[in-house]
Amino acid sequence: MGSVTTSHEMGLHEEQLTGRTQQMYFSATEEENYTYPWGYEVDYANSAEFDAADLSISEINLKIRELMQSGHGTITVKNPRAKHSLGVGILNRLNLNFEGSLGYFGCGLIDGPNVRITGRVGWSCAENMMAGTVVIEKNAGSLFGAAIRGGDLVCKGQAGARVGIDQKGGTIIVGGSVGAFTGFMMQRGRMILLGDTGDNLGDSMYDGTIYVGGKIASLGVDCVETELTDLDRKYLKGKLDLYGMETPNGIDSIIKLTSGKQLWNYDNLEPTEKKLVL
Amino acid sequence: MCGIAGLIWKGGVTSDIGSEMTQMLQALKHRGPDSTGFALYGKGEEGVHVLRFKVAEQEEMKTGFDIHRQVIERKAAVDTRLEEMGAEVTTREDATEYAFRYHFKFGGDLKRLIDYIEDLDSVEILSVGKGLELIKDLGDAALVSEQYGLSGFVGTHAIGHTRMATESDVDIRSAHPYWAYPFNDVSVVHNGQLTNYWTNRRDLERRGHRFMSNCDSELIAVYIADRIDQGDELEPAMKRSIEKLDGVFTYLVATSDQLGMAKDVMAAKPMVLYESDEFVGLASEEVAIRSIFPREIDTWDPYQGEVKVWAA
Repeated sequence: MGSVTTSHEMGLHEEQLTGRTQQMYFSATEEENYTYPWGYEVDYANSAEFDAADLSISEINLKIRELMQSGHGTITVKNPRAKHSLGVGILNRLNLNFEGSLGYFGCGLIDGPNVRITGRVGWSCAENMMAGTVVIEKNAGSLFGAAIRGGDLVCKGQAGARVGIDQKGGTIIVGGSVGAFTGFMMQRGRMILLGDTGDNLGDSMYDGTIYVGGKIASLGVDCVETELTDLDRKYLKGKLDLYGMETPNGIDSIIKLTSGKQLWNYDNLEPTEKKLVL
Repeated sequence: MCGIAGLIWKGGVTSDIGSEMTQMLQALKHRGPDSTGFALYGKGEEGVHVLRFKVAEQEEMKTGFDIHRQVIERKAAVDTRLEEMGAEVTTREDATEYAFRYHFKFGGDLKRLIDYIEDLDSVEILSVGKGLELIKDLGDAALVSEQYGLSGFVGTHAIGHTRMATESDVDIRSAHPYWAYPFNDVSVVHNGQLTNYWTNRRDLERRGHRFMSNCDSELIAVYIADRIDQGDELEPAMKRSIEKLDGVFTYLVATSDQLGMAKDVMAAKPMVLYESDEFVGLASEEVAIRSIFPREIDTWDPYQGEVKVWAA
């Protein structure tokens, strides 16, 4: 609480008064502040289900919102039939179950819900997720968890190319193999890949950690192997146990990869260049 | 963007592939509503060729001067040339006012016959084959399918395409699928862009191949035709194409009894695959496969640089 107040007292947030910022401040001491001000009051014990076979994409998403509004905390969607953009933009605590497969952009831009998908997901699942969990029982398409910032994203099958591209936080777990350019330009967060990986794993990653249980086709630029510590082993075991998953060849066979930071040269201008810039 | 789809029934099983492909492509309509094309593979009859050709573009039909008379004249000219070359036409059907379907018997050099007919102004042969029938026109899948009466078309496999024109015009000649002239029963659909189109096109043109449009996708059909001409089987030809063609692409090729898919090394374009003991379905999006299999199915994305071929 103190630091927030202090910075306000120091006048660092004056722009907020004029309405020019979208920043919001949360206090850990007040429980309701963990949710958005416009969040719905939902009860996990209050469950509902509906059949999505004959509904359009926006009808399904509106239906989920209506059910949240009426206080349902557990929602089951039947027959999603691989439609695109289902379960997107949910900024609420919620247990959401999809009995079937999703198309592209499933559960994108979410902040908070726990989602279970019994089928498969298409491209860009959980893109830009902020918090919550998404657990997929079957395979995932390319761009799985692109630019996620937080939460746990779990695929028990195999995933396509460019998994976790531009990842900025959170954890991505894939039980099977992944395609090329996985972890491309990763900036933070962790990725646990239990199967084989495609070419250029972790290409140009800035930071973050990638754990690999299978064979690596090739590493990308500036992605380097590093030592697996006891802390890593403990973390991996905890995370994998949580989702009922196992390393294929034991925890010690896991390869830990991180950024070599050889590309961190954005401020290493030659003195003459610096003069030009300044 | 474009959407592509393919299906094949294994073990020589036949089905109403006309309706199935229409449903798949209609589900992909949002990926490109400019034009829709089908390459359907029926059983065919020994010694009989199916010829699909058109004598005008839709735009021309709307605005062309005296076009309705010209269309009749162009068709008559095709008939004359077929007769001159000694082809015995058994059936003649008008699919539309400007597109036709013929069955003919011919014992001579097919390439010479085709070249002679295409030499006519505005005449384009869409396909020649024993089983292949290639249909393409402007509009969505339901429209084209109804216009050409495709529901109830029985066959073993098919590929199709819904187009969002990015590299060339919206007309029938730039629509997919492309027939791999002059090879019987070979057709291609493509989703993506090729960046070394002109280099390859000039090379292939010097070696006597024909390009009908300025659409980059046509290059794949001509390239595969060239490889088959040089004695390659379908699978090695496709593997080679991944090295040779530059850009982002996922494409499907069908021959009289095979269906193949290839994906570029960046895996930049989508493809979802469903395979069971009796059926293989491929599409840019899972919704297309689910339009013919409403039940839950296991699907996955093939990886970068992957080539797969299935037999009917």
